[in-house]
Amino acid sequence: MLNRIKYYFKTFLLIELLQGLAVTWRHLWAPKITVQYPDEKTPQSPRFRGLHALRRYPSGEERCIGCKLCEAVCPAMAITIETAQRADGTRRTTRYDIDLTKCIFCGFCEEACPVDAIVETRIFEYHGEKRGDLYYTKDMLLAVGDKYEAQIAEDKAADAKYR
Amino acid sequence: MEWFQEVLGPAWAPVWTLAKIVAIVLPLLIAVAYLTYAERKIIGWMQVRMGPNRVGFFGFRLWGLGQPIADAVKLMTKEIMLPTGASKALFLTAPVLAIAPAMAAWAVVPFTDRLVLADVDASLLYIMAITSMGVYGVVVAGWASNSKYALLGALRSAAQIVSYEIAMGFALVGVLMSAQSLNLVEIVQGQAGGFWQWYWLPLFPLFLVYLIAGVAETNRAPFDVAEGESEIVAGFHVDYSGMAFAVFFLAEYANMILIAALTAIMFLGGWLSPLPFLPDSALWLFAKMSFVLFCFLWFRATFPRYRYDQIMRLGWKVFIPVTLVWILVVGGFMQTPLGYLFH
Repeated sequence: MLNRIKYYFKTFLLIELLQGLAVTWRHLWAPKITVQYPDEKTPQSPRFRGLHALRRYPSGEERCIGCKLCEAVCPAMAITIETAQRADGTRRTTRYDIDLTKCIFCGFCEEACPVDAIVETRIFEYHGEKRGDLYYTKDMLLAVGDKYEAQIAEDKAADAKYR
Repeated sequence: MEWFQEVLGPAWAPVWTLAKIVAIVLPLLIAVAYLTYAERKIIGWMQVRMGPNRVGFFGFRLWGLGQPIADAVKLMTKEIMLPTGASKALFLTAPVLAIAPAMAAWAVVPFTDRLVLADVDASLLYIMAITSMGVYGVVVAGWASNSKYALLGALRSAAQIVSYEIAMGFALVGVLMSAQSLNLVEIVQGQAGGFWQWYWLPLFPLFLVYLIAGVAETNRAPFDVAEGESEIVAGFHVDYSGMAFAVFFLAEYANMILIAALTAIMFLGGWLSPLPFLPDSALWLFAKMSFVLFCFLWFRATFPRYRYDQIMRLGWKVFIPVTLVWILVVGGFMQTPLGYLFH
């Protein structure tokens, strides 16, 4: 009986609703945590998985040996590789394509690579204006690698001791 | 002004009325635009976000004040799509049916004791009649779209608005018992004498019922089952795009402002100042309306949506009994020497 009366008082005085309103009222004045993206950016980990790149050795020789481990491990089947024997007898890729519209950025290709050839960089602000623009060929991937090699090497070094 | 009167001759009266209508509707539309901005800002802040802060004027951001203008331009330039199965005439009439009452009701809203477009004797009755028309826009829109979601939204909205209209009407019966008048100007004048004389105090339960029923009448959160984004995508206006959608939007927000104005007039003393030594002015009315509108946004940021049967239970089994009981209390006290408390 007493509980019932208490319940009616609570309901008709809207106590719980007022408590809820008090919470939102406090948050109205709370400092805002929004990161204003193009002006401010959140920090990135060296392990960040963004746009792919193919790396070279300091000599300029491309690292990829065409073992196709990345193609095999890729869960989205986004990687297509064809290989051929080069004049010096080594195996190299003649085709190394990543379809970024299929890629799920899991980083398995990077993990699978025995020579650290395919890596994922910190770059996430790339775009394409046609569907085909996001189909990255070997030349494009190598170009990304050449351009950002310093950053890639630094991130690899930072993460090396945890691998 | 007299010069105009001479030049226009018999055409003067309609022209002057038209000018007055424009003088009310234009600020109202601007208020609607900036109410959407205020809504996004305030709800953003309550969710520890910033709200729109990019679109400004002439290269300055100005806290995003250009956002409603940009939204309006976007909606005006978008295509109005007609669904194949829609009933075309009704489909295009519905937005007009929704916005016309929201605008027409402003004819009798007094901004001060002299600043009122039409000082009708039974203006409270007129308000009740006109605002009830608003539901037709929603129902016709839902029917004409020939879509399941739209029809469900329209059904919900119709039932909800009809139920809450009763509670709302009873709440206003209390007001007219206290004021002994159906005229909005006289209702406000009956509340003269400062903050403690306003009707919110003697009619407190009715004030609460009116405020909450007002939220339900305008289909606002937490009573927005008619739109119910997460269940029936957008309810009655799911098939509307471009300006036709914008007109529904406009009607919803114009109704919000109207309910805020009516709450301020009926229960919060309209243009009267809260302290006796401060002058009365329309600015007080706008301040009170802003407060009520802020409460609308505050509710939306706080409360989760009611389940549909809970809405019906609240309307029929809580609000209507509460208002009836309080009307009896008011009526009973008026027969005793304590009746002055309720005048």
